Amino acid sequence: MSTPADAVRAAIAAEWVKLRTVRSTFWLLLLAFALSVGLAHLIGLTFADMKPDPERPFDPLFAAFYSLTLGQLPLVAFGVLVMGGEYSSGTIRPSLAAVPRRGLFYGGKLLAEVPLLLGFSLVTVPVAFLVSQAALGPQGVSVGADGAVEAMIGASLYLTLITLFSTGVATMLRGSALSLGVLLPLLFLGSQGLGNIPKVKTVTQFLPDQVGMVVMHLTGPPGDPRFGRPYGPWTGMALLALWTAAALLGGHLALRRRDA
Amino acid sequence: MVITGLRPGNGPRRWNAARRKTTFEDGTGDFRRLPGAGPVRSVGRVIEVRNLSKRYGGTVAVDELSFAVRPGRVTGFLGPNGAGKSTTMRMMLDLDRPTAGRVLIGGRRYRDLPEPLRHVGALLDAGAVHAGRSARHHLLWLARSNRIPAARVREVLELTGLESVAGRRAGGFSLGMSQRLGIAAALLGDPPVLLFDEPVNGLDPEGVLWIRRLMRGMAAEGRTVFVSSHLMGETALAADHLIVIGRGRLLADTTVPEFIEANSRSYVRIRTPQPERMRDVLTEAGIPVRQAADGALEAHGAEAAKVGELAAAGGLTVHEVGTRTASLEEAFMRLTGESVEYRAGGADR
Repeated sequence: MSTPADAVRAAIAAEWVKLRTVRSTFWLLLLAFALSVGLAHLIGLTFADMKPDPERPFDPLFAAFYSLTLGQLPLVAFGVLVMGGEYSSGTIRPSLAAVPRRGLFYGGKLLAEVPLLLGFSLVTVPVAFLVSQAALGPQGVSVGADGAVEAMIGASLYLTLITLFSTGVATMLRGSALSLGVLLPLLFLGSQGLGNIPKVKTVTQFLPDQVGMVVMHLTGPPGDPRFGRPYGPWTGMALLALWTAAALLGGHLALRRRDA
Repeated sequence: MVITGLRPGNGPRRWNAARRKTTFEDGTGDFRRLPGAGPVRSVGRVIEVRNLSKRYGGTVAVDELSFAVRPGRVTGFLGPNGAGKSTTMRMMLDLDRPTAGRVLIGGRRYRDLPEPLRHVGALLDAGAVHAGRSARHHLLWLARSNRIPAARVREVLELTGLESVAGRRAGGFSLGMSQRLGIAAALLGDPPVLLFDEPVNGLDPEGVLWIRRLMRGMAAEGRTVFVSSHLMGETALAADHLIVIGRGRLLADTTVPEFIEANSRSYVRIRTPQPERMRDVLTEAGIPVRQAADGALEAHGAEAAKVGELAAAGGLTVHEVGTRTASLEEAFMRLTGESVEYRAGGADR
């Protein structure tokens, strides 16, 4: 006799097999790691060459996490493919025939995805930190520096949540192409110059990627008029958690209400 | 690549004998796995479709459809393309939500079956496999989702003749190999109920024969086999019972012999320069006659020899006297013709 716990474990196990048996999982995670760590090294080298400016104090943690704004893009693609691939390949039907309770299917998918993302982030973020600080030379700081661990935890949660957000969007939109078409401009909107235009910034600073910037030390020193934010690091993360919850809930409703 | 055919005589049986038989307890909605039990020839309504309707916007795909599918035989689900067969099968699996009505499998809705692959195996769209995933891994995630032992994956690969390509990416499979993979997936949970949507579409004659034998073998084991098709001839060979629909409505629910009896009686075709006199002679002898579109006469219920003797006795010239049999395909076209005409003028689906 199978218990509800067995059903949940089975749904997760099936989704885990799906994750590990397509090549895109491996290549996208590898690309995300290479971009995050490689750029962290280059950014570290760049700042190491610059003369310290007493007027504008330099934050070595900025150099550690700036590369993640690019490194997150393969993760977003991964998050989209986790669900979008079901629709583009048509496996959504055998998937739902095997696990007809849609909440169970969706939950199994997310619960298989989360440990992989957390594990990936908890490796990638500290490695990016260490590589960037080594490249910074004398300006670099150690893991024990003020706020370093807090920022690394925040950055790891950020990468996990933004990927889950992407999975939620792909579930709502039922496909990969449209989801990437929506997500990539959204993620570039705030980070490119557009986000620094004051009137635009009042809106874009609340977008899902932007609310994670404070905890990663990417918004300049507190009170910075150009990059500063009207919310603190963990308020920002709470906002990201809300964005993610909303996307996942939207995906859940779409999955439940619509024909497969 | 050579795919070895399944031998229904010993293939499924050999595989099945090593496993516990799956039986269905009539009426209670209770599936039980009894060790050592033989196939049960139940006459229960394993699949019950009740007043099922599906509308997409203003288009009616399935219209108040009711029928039952019983175990131990192959039930063909016939209708022209767009008649609502696939929509009905998706609703059986709770993939599409009915606008009205319901489908019960063993007395329960599909979504209420625990580990449904152990109760119902379905082949809907053989192409529904991630192109980058191997056949073995495709079956493995399906097995994991319903707590089916991984060893069973190897069994169904062997059963469907896919062992040699099990590690290859499914994206490179031919249509025939994809169909076999779809069938392997359907058989994975050793289910007492099998649903196949157009399983022979695009297959070569060898593949068609293989699937026909497989379905007959499964039904002979006491399973419920429900197979849709738009081809009357193929279905008549594979099925025992027929459900015919057109425009989403039930047109016939009958056995195959009854359908053939009712729709494909043979007749004698006569070409003569004296059709009026020929007709009189035959009518006097009590043989019903009708005139075909090309002017030839069709005499029903008489042998060609008898017709020839009557013509000779009447001193009539005949150019042709021969026995004809209306094909099942013609009978099927006649039955569903109205719905096809209607559909051609309206929207599909």
